[in-house]
Amino acid sequence: MRLSEFRGQPVVLAFYPADWSPVCGDQMALYNEILPEFQKLGAELLGISVDGAWCHTAFSRDRKLHFPLLADFEPKGAAARLYGVYREADGTSERALFVIDAAGAIYWSHVSPVGVNPGADGILSALEELQNKREAK
Amino acid sequence: MNRELNSGIPRSKSTLPVANRDHIQGPIDAPVALLEYGDYECPACGQAYPIVKAIQKRMGNRLCFAFRNFPLANMHPYAEHAAEAAEAAGAQGRFWEMHDLLFENQDELEDENLARYASALGLDASRLIKEILAGAYTERVRENFRNGARGGVNGTPTFFLNGVRFEGGPDALAAAVLNPD
Repeated sequence: MRLSEFRGQPVVLAFYPADWSPVCGDQMALYNEILPEFQKLGAELLGISVDGAWCHTAFSRDRKLHFPLLADFEPKGAAARLYGVYREADGTSERALFVIDAAGAIYWSHVSPVGVNPGADGILSALEELQNKREAK
Repeated sequence: MNRELNSGIPRSKSTLPVANRDHIQGPIDAPVALLEYGDYECPACGQAYPIVKAIQKRMGNRLCFAFRNFPLANMHPYAEHAAEAAEAAGAQGRFWEMHDLLFENQDELEDENLARYASALGLDASRLIKEILAGAYTERVRENFRNGARGGVNGTPTFFLNGVRFEGGPDALAAAVLNPD
């Protein structure tokens, strides 16, 4: 999958440290519920961690996730490094959010402490701003 | 444009119970306001339930408690209908009685259970089930969910004490309410 496939619409890229850990579960569970609001604002949501595809499949099925999870598995953490959110010592990514605009540029980002669920508020605000800008044009 | 990179924890907005909008117990102008966003099928909310009751008992009229539904419906298959059942009971004047029954019977939240609780409360059970199936309260529950997500509710239960998101478990909450400073 390439981000350029989504050119023309905003994309929410949610890096999280690992499938199955409790806070991630809450964060992805929250996004799963709030997904219709992201979609109303024209955005696609992608979760991404260093877990492999089979792990993601099991996690996604267990949590009934309605959005794709990307495996930043081989070469490990390559995408996280590209966004500057790889944690060398832990071998996982930060808990980091990126809102990418329709032209493919990073419009908003946020890095949370690993144990803190950043919620959906920042993402929704960024997507609303993007929508207002589109309408103003 | 990295406006917020490394800025730490997002701020949460002030959230207070609203008269004539929220389900509240206690006077709206009580000196202490406690607002819970919860999910009737969530085990952590179930654990918080008796602690909230104990706080209410100790505080009496000095506390205004409000509850807003925040069902994580994909994770908890019965949470949405349970939330709507509480709203439907509220429409018949029995929100809190249903609220209590739902938390006291978290393992039995299927539609037939909801109908049974409605009957036990002397409500029109067939009206309650019909309203749930017709989605009469879906938008109200969704609105609470949306507002919660905008206000810093990232999971359940989330408590707001005097309008500020409380960071810590229910026991810490009880200590903060009952022994302020």
